[in-house]
Amino acid sequence: MEFPGDLKYSKEHEWIRIEGKVATIGITDFAQDQLGDVVMVEFPNEGAILTKDETFGVVESVKSVSDVFAPISGKVLETNEPLADSPGIINEDCYNEGWIIKMEITDPKQVDELLTVDQYKAYLAEQG
Amino acid sequence: MLKKTPLNEIHKSLGARMVEFGGWEMPVQYTGVIDEHNAVRNAVGLFDISHMGEIIVEGELAKDFINYITTNKIDKIKDGGCQYAAVCNPDGGCVDDVISYQYNPQKYLVVVNASNTDKDFAWFTENNMHGVSIANVSPQYCQLALQGPKAEATLQPLIRFPLGDLKYYTFCETEMKGIPIILSRTGYTGEDGFEIYGASNRAVDLWNMLMKAGEAHGIKPIGLAARDTLRLEPSYSLYGHEITDTVNPLEARLGWVVALDKPDFIGKDSLEKIKQSGVKRTIIGLEMIDKAVPRQGYEIENASGKIGVVTSGTFSPTLEKSIAMALIDKKAADHDEFFVVVRGKKMKAKKISLPFYKRK
Repeated sequence: MEFPGDLKYSKEHEWIRIEGKVATIGITDFAQDQLGDVVMVEFPNEGAILTKDETFGVVESVKSVSDVFAPISGKVLETNEPLADSPGIINEDCYNEGWIIKMEITDPKQVDELLTVDQYKAYLAEQG
Repeated sequence: MLKKTPLNEIHKSLGARMVEFGGWEMPVQYTGVIDEHNAVRNAVGLFDISHMGEIIVEGELAKDFINYITTNKIDKIKDGGCQYAAVCNPDGGCVDDVISYQYNPQKYLVVVNASNTDKDFAWFTENNMHGVSIANVSPQYCQLALQGPKAEATLQPLIRFPLGDLKYYTFCETEMKGIPIILSRTGYTGEDGFEIYGASNRAVDLWNMLMKAGEAHGIKPIGLAARDTLRLEPSYSLYGHEITDTVNPLEARLGWVVALDKPDFIGKDSLEKIKQSGVKRTIIGLEMIDKAVPRQGYEIENASGKIGVVTSGTFSPTLEKSIAMALIDKKAADHDEFFVVVRGKKMKAKKISLPFYKRK
C-alpha cells in the first residue's frame, strides 16, 4: 500500500494535499482497498460551507457504504465530476485522478492538527 | 469463537479478506467483488460453502417426514433428485429454505443455511412425528460450489461420471480422483454449475484439485460478497432478507414451492388461508433511476408514504445498474415508480420484472 510523503492524513482515512489556501481531499489507499470496487460517489454542493468532522459525502462500493468527513473546515470550491460516471477511478488512482473535493482553507491551524505520513502509518499499525 | 471451515488457511493464503458470517469466519472477497462476479458469469469460480448445514433424515417414513416438514411435494422427484423448498412454521413464516436430496424414499440429505443449522435441526427433531432418524452431520462434510459456463469443462477431467448425464437439480455419488463425493448440478449463481460434498478432512485436496483443473479456464476463488451479487441478479431469495420467520413463501414469490394439494404439512392451514384472502405484501424488483445504491433495510415510499422495505440491494456488476428486491404492500405493487429513501433523500426507482438476469 502506498502513502505519499507530501500529503497530510486524517484518522478517517482521508488524504489532504495543501496548495496555498486550497486543500484537495480524497480517500487513502487503505480506505479504497477496504471498500473494494467503488460504484458511487456522493458529493457536497459546490460552495457548501463545511465544518471539520462533518460528513460531506459518501463513497459506496458494491458491498458497503462509507461516509467521508471534512478533515478541516472550509468552503467547497470544486468536486471531481468525472467520479460521478467513473467512480472506479478511486480504486485505480486514489491520490491523483481519484480526488473527491477541493476546499478553501479557512483555519490554517487545523492543517497543523492533521497527521503526517509517518503518524498515519503508525495509526494504521495501531488499528491492526 | 468463530467457526472455521477446513479451508480457512487456504483462504488466508490466497489473500482473502475474512469476515464473520453466521457465526463463521468466511472469505468475503479475494481479488475484488466485480472481478470475482464476472469470473463466474464468464468462466468459472470456486466457492467454499462448507458453512452450510447438512442434515440426514433416514427411516421407513423419511419421505412422509420430508413432505410434512417442507412445503414442496417431494413426490415430484425421483431417487437422485434434488428439490428446493421452504420449511414453514405453523403461521406460514419461513423457518428456512432448504434443498432435499433424495437417495431413496427412506433416506434424504437436507442442505440448510449455515446460520439456521442448529435451529433447523431442533425444528426437525421437535416435529419428528414419523419416528425417523435425524442427524446433523454438518461437521463431517465440506461443501464446495463450482459455478460458471466453464464448470463442466473444469470438473469432467477429474470425474468418471459423464457430467452431460447429470441433469439440473439431480445428484450422484461418485469420486473425484479417488475421493468419494456427492455431486449435484445445483447452485446459487444463475449459471450452470455443481455443488460438491466431501469428507471435511479431504476439503483441501478437493479445493486444490479443482483450482488446478480450472486454471486453463480462468478459475477464481469467489467470496461471499460476489456470492451475494451473483444470487441477487437471478433474484434468488436469501434467508434473513427476502424470507424470514415472519415472511411467508407466498409473499416471497416462492408460491411455486408451496404444494397446497398435498396432505398435511407444517404451515399448510395458514398458507391456504393466506392464499384465499390474498397476500398483503409481495416482493418486487426495482432498478434505480436516480443515482444511488439501494441497501437492505432502506424504506420504500410512494406518494402516500412508506409502503415497504428493501430486502436486498446492490450495484449489479452484470447489468451495471443499481438493483433491489423489496417487500412492499401488495396494494401498492401495481405502480411502476417508487422512491427508495437513501440517507433521508427520496431517490427514484422503477419496478422491473424479476429475475434481473437470466443465463442465455
